[in-house]
Amino acid sequence: MESLPASFIGMGLAAAGLAGSGIGLGFMFGKAIEAFARQPGAEAQLSKYVWIGAAFVEAIALYGLVLAFIIMGKG
Amino acid sequence: MLLTTTAISVEAAQAATQAAPHMDPLHHFQVINYVPINLFGLDCSISNSVVWMWVAVGVVFCFFRYALRHPEMVPDRLQSVAEAGFLFIRGIVEENIGPGGRPYFPMVFTLFFFVLFCNWTGLLPGSFTATSQLIVTATLALGIFFLSIFLGFYKHGLKFLGFFVPSGLPVLLLPLMVPIEIISFLARPVSLSVRLFANMTAGHTVLGVLFFFAATLPWVGSWLPFGFSVIFTGVEIFIGFIQAYIFTILTCVYINDSLHLHH
Repeated sequence: MESLPASFIGMGLAAAGLAGSGIGLGFMFGKAIEAFARQPGAEAQLSKYVWIGAAFVEAIALYGLVLAFIIMGKG
Repeated sequence: MLLTTTAISVEAAQAATQAAPHMDPLHHFQVINYVPINLFGLDCSISNSVVWMWVAVGVVFCFFRYALRHPEMVPDRLQSVAEAGFLFIRGIVEENIGPGGRPYFPMVFTLFFFVLFCNWTGLLPGSFTATSQLIVTATLALGIFFLSIFLGFYKHGLKFLGFFVPSGLPVLLLPLMVPIEIISFLARPVSLSVRLFANMTAGHTVLGVLFFFAATLPWVGSWLPFGFSVIFTGVEIFIGFIQAYIFTILTCVYINDSLHLHH
């Protein structure tokens, strides 16, 4: 296979890892809203952990994006 | 005659492709050396990265100097902001390290505001995000990593090696668990640095792509990326804060792990 199309396919595959992060974020915020609905008093305490967790989950997606950029630089 | 026309048309085509807007979302991450300095084979040049780190430090320094110029018992607005930042970091340190964490407060405070303002000054048009360079974040993360190793050996001596041996495990599992613990310990500076670097790079790249579309699309289509870029700038301000917060919290957690051996 030519190297340029192959590198584009590789970029797409690397960026496809974002899907997992999307599932994770949706799961996390869904659970968080569920928790807030059950315990509205705990919202202030829990939302801190929600944002920390969101940053962690988001970072995983960005690793894939960085890989895509690295491949773009090589391609 | 035919040859000249083809030659002209090729030239015209080349000129057209060169004049056409070319999307290069990674362009604003280029490090440009303003003053090349070479010290004993080390590249100590003053680049735009260095200049914008100075700007970040200067903004933080001037802000706190100005906000706390006449400290009052009843604070005015700016003094409240400065004190809120102070209390915020003190809360993080006390929550994660405990009462023994007071000596590390100045370092954590400096680290938080340095990272925060490196993230935020990078949002100014024409500026450079120092934290979007892996070498900057890796230097910070490796400093924290070696500090935590040093603190562990300083406080506990060779007992710190017990950090890698989880307690309450059957001896049979230890050959499996100890390498995992060591690898996860060594992965700390990597994940710490790459998280900040990747967030900043990706966010600014998305902004770059949006601005490109806002500038080049015809009027009918350009309002959508333009409006979205406004929203996304707000998101970037939030992400810059969250990432600085995460960086600070993890620093405190790593220092705490070295100070108090849990296993």
